[in-house]
Amino acid sequence: MATADEIYAKVRETLVEALGLDDDEVTPEATLVGDLGAESIDFLDIVFRLEKNFSIKIPKGELFPEGFNAADANLVKDGLVTEQGISELRSRLPHLDIDKFAKNPKVENIQDLFTVQMIVNYVQKKLAGGAA
Amino acid sequence: MRWFWIDRFVEFHSGASARAIKNVSLAEEHLHDHFPGYPVMPGSLIIEGMAQTGGILLAESLKFESLIVMAKVPKVVFHSWAVPGDTLTYEAKLLDAREDGGVVECVARIGERLLAEAEYVFACLPNSQSKTACQESFLKTMQLLGAGDSVAAAAGGASPSGTN
Repeated sequence: MATADEIYAKVRETLVEALGLDDDEVTPEATLVGDLGAESIDFLDIVFRLEKNFSIKIPKGELFPEGFNAADANLVKDGLVTEQGISELRSRLPHLDIDKFAKNPKVENIQDLFTVQMIVNYVQKKLAGGAA
Repeated sequence: MRWFWIDRFVEFHSGASARAIKNVSLAEEHLHDHFPGYPVMPGSLIIEGMAQTGGILLAESLKFESLIVMAKVPKVVFHSWAVPGDTLTYEAKLLDAREDGGVVECVARIGERLLAEAEYVFACLPNSQSKTACQESFLKTMQLLGAGDSVAAAAGGASPSGTN
């Protein structure tokens, strides 16, 4: 069983490879988009690399949420994630810090939830057994 | 689609690997400007050729059901260059293929000489009939050109010794 430090080191290595970063740019609090410059296509690359590096399978939409960019009125209304959307995020993606997000649930703030630590949390749960 | 930067598949192992060749000709117009008096195949077109080899490999493994687009080139290294008269061999290996995308590793060589190495991330977009048909028909053309049993089998031909 990998320790939290080992998982973090491997996640860092994964992000360094996927995003062309220097080791010291990656910190637990760093956001993927804001701080590390990830673009939408990088998320697919990151998922591929995590699967390979940790020998896990990450189903579509399990690590990064899907459907919140589209105009699904049940999930997003007037640029804000609805109550239903928030509860879906909570149940589908428990590794995200939803409490913080719920205070200002603008759609564009979702990406601020994608931090290095979030990936570490996800992988940790995933390795501990089954779905994160 | 006329934007072909491979001339022929010479090997095609469905869902695993493919090998294609590209013959560089002085008749290619851009070579007269790149560079005047010293024609060198642009690196970007070598990247494209490797991507086409790997992209069709991925598209075929997904039964041409979605449109495959090159999304990202996380790594590319050039070791040498190509000039008119060279035959480039692109070897693509499918590392991952899934509903929303795939990863391919590719190496380009001229004879034994290593020319370039690259890694690609492809995204699968919702089916656009005309475009996926295009990728599929290219493989069928390869079959007509008699480009090897394994290509024929991948293109739906009745080759008994095809895929492996």
